[in-house]
Amino acid sequence: MRKVMTGHKAVAEAMRQIEPDVVAVYPITPQSEIAEYYADYVHDGIVHTELVPVESEHSAMSACVGAAAAGARVMTATSSQGLALLVEVLYIAAGMRLPIVTALANRSLSAPINIHCDHSDAYLARDAGAFQVFCESAQEAYDYTLIAQRIAEHAKVRLPGIVNLDGFALTHTSQVVEPLEDAVAKKFVGAFQPVHPLLDTDRPVTWGPFAMPDYYFELKRAQQAAMEEIPAVFLEVQRAYAKTSGRAYGGFVDKYHLDDADRALVVLGSTAGTAKVAVDALRAKGERVGLLKVWLYRPFPYHEVAAALTHVKHVGVLDRAISFGAMGALYSDVATSLLRSATRPALHNYIYGLGGRDITAEQLEEVLTGLGKARPDEVLRYIGLRE
Amino acid sequence: MPNIKTLAQREEKEVRFTPGHTLCAGCAEPMVVRTVLNAIEEPVVAASPTGCLEVATSRFPGTAWNVPWIHVAFENAGAVISGVEAAYRALTKTGVVKKRIRFVVFGGDGGTYDIGLQALSGALERGHDFLYVCVNNEAYMNTGVQRSSATPRCASATTSPVGDEIPGKPQDRKDLTEIVVGHHVPYVGQAAVSHLIDLANKVERAMKFDGPKFLNVLTTCPLGWRTPRDSAIVQSKLAVETRYWPLYEVIEGKYKINYKPKQHVPVEEWLKTQGRFRHLFRDPKGKERIAEFQAAVDRHWNDLLRKEQCLSGDGAEQG
Ligand SMILES: Cc1ncc(C[n+]2csc(CCOP(=O)(O)OP(=O)(O)O)c2C)c(N)n1
Repeated sequence: MRKVMTGHKAVAEAMRQIEPDVVAVYPITPQSEIAEYYADYVHDGIVHTELVPVESEHSAMSACVGAAAAGARVMTATSSQGLALLVEVLYIAAGMRLPIVTALANRSLSAPINIHCDHSDAYLARDAGAFQVFCESAQEAYDYTLIAQRIAEHAKVRLPGIVNLDGFALTHTSQVVEPLEDAVAKKFVGAFQPVHPLLDTDRPVTWGPFAMPDYYFELKRAQQAAMEEIPAVFLEVQRAYAKTSGRAYGGFVDKYHLDDADRALVVLGSTAGTAKVAVDALRAKGERVGLLKVWLYRPFPYHEVAAALTHVKHVGVLDRAISFGAMGALYSDVATSLLRSATRPALHNYIYGLGGRDITAEQLEEVLTGLGKARPDEVLRYIGLRE
Repeated sequence: MPNIKTLAQREEKEVRFTPGHTLCAGCAEPMVVRTVLNAIEEPVVAASPTGCLEVATSRFPGTAWNVPWIHVAFENAGAVISGVEAAYRALTKTGVVKKRIRFVVFGGDGGTYDIGLQALSGALERGHDFLYVCVNNEAYMNTGVQRSSATPRCASATTSPVGDEIPGKPQDRKDLTEIVVGHHVPYVGQAAVSHLIDLANKVERAMKFDGPKFLNVLTTCPLGWRTPRDSAIVQSKLAVETRYWPLYEVIEGKYKINYKPKQHVPVEEWLKTQGRFRHLFRDPKGKERIAEFQAAVDRHWNDLLRKEQCLSGDGAEQG
């Protein structure tokens, strides 16, 4: 049944249907409403979840780790400084192979303090060992919350995951969302199978040991092996979800008018919607432009990104955060993807939308139109910046 | 109440903390851990923040823990045990877990008084059902004897060294036990490794309550205190006899001093046996500093006596 709801509500609905045993959260704009909706479900007795209203995000992820190691299904949500505070423990959740899914309402990082959207927080968690997906709409935020939970808990994976949804653009705007029936969603996610839970006191296990140079390297290699399982699992779960929901998500990236394009943009998140408007406008004028939206950001689908872009002549990669002192993080990934291709597009890196700065379809049309006019010279270009 | 025999019998039945760890010779921490674990009858799940105990007992692929145990980071043991206990409540509700399990944290003074205080405070306020044991050796021993807020005034530590200008730690230690009392939890106690039966009794009394319970246990560190390796018990006993480390408990807000030394032993007797205070006995200003130290000890002891008088369990507060 189609309903009108905000991105917050869409994520909270998915969480309610997943019904984790433990949810530990700490409020931060623009994430707070997810926690508030969930607190309502708990306080109204709609879910059996133990809500742990912790005193910080660091403790939120710490409580999630404790609960997951104990044998519980757990979730949390955060943004910006909250993610920065909990990221230490996110590395540990990944090192312990704990399937904790975090909804990340993307927001800029201080200083200066700013509550609006960019992807600095997602990039901050980039190397933590959690898989990350980016959502274009509230519908995707709902769908990928369910999908991420199943990927995280897959026997071959067992890693934390982050579902990115752009702060305000997705969290606070009302959109049409078609959630699954409760029973269908529950069946899709399935029952949680803990591995070596702490609460099995007859079989005591030591979690989070100390490992010296004689073992640490191998343990980290094993963690990388789990990460490498994700692409296959991702496709498998997407297919299962398509069967369940009728919504087909075909792969790691979403291609829009790309097959015959000679110029294209690469983006993450809600900007894809704006970019589609720009592409449509230029296509109406007969220009061969297209868009590549990346759903699965970590592990990065190098092969598929390359396959989608090799025939394009000029590609603009849009990063919604600065990697200070370097080219954009997404740009670097796209560049790496294309390294081995015989033919490859000229790449341009654009930084846009920091701290919630608007990005319009007109601006993206301009970028697409201008692509190829400048030399590809490993220089950051800025969209909508006063200089 | 458990005596030596029952503790030994329990250990014979199930060794919860095994030998073969790499804690230093003469370290008092294993005695505390074994006593606490043996004083609890039900199955136990334990957690530790980063520190000597964690590093020396969990070296992969070995482990000294024969109970389920988890280490996550340095500053979050209070939050980790909150999660474990929340999982226990949730899974008890759904019928997945059926037996009574108890939850214990063993944390160093650094991981408890300093970096972990926020997580501990949060867990106490939320009322999770667990026992927090601070294994208090009065400094960051694991990283090389740096001062913590549990380090006593004047003590020499690597970040509060005896210099020409500043001789040792200038500040008094923080009174964490009283900070925990301020959280109005059902059971708060102070114990010492020299008084193991008192410790076991306290654990047993504490575990009768639902909700957060806290024990601040003075342990010793031959490396950091610069004392002989066989002196843990003597050192700890002197701390109690000099009233530097009072053994007391606060049960539902009521104070009880468990041991009142018959004679007044000056704190100097404790200070002079430790290398970390050696400068006090060489420096011309040492006498003055020892007098200040004694004054602080007396003040805290007298405060405690007054609290016991005003807030004891025998109805003294009425009238
Ligand atoms: C965030 C963070 N900061 C610093 C450290 C380094 N560190 C590890 S253990 C430790 C000191 C532990 O001291 P304490 O808690 O008193 O326990 P002890 O080892 O003395 O028993 C420090 C500073 C760390 N692991 N994590």
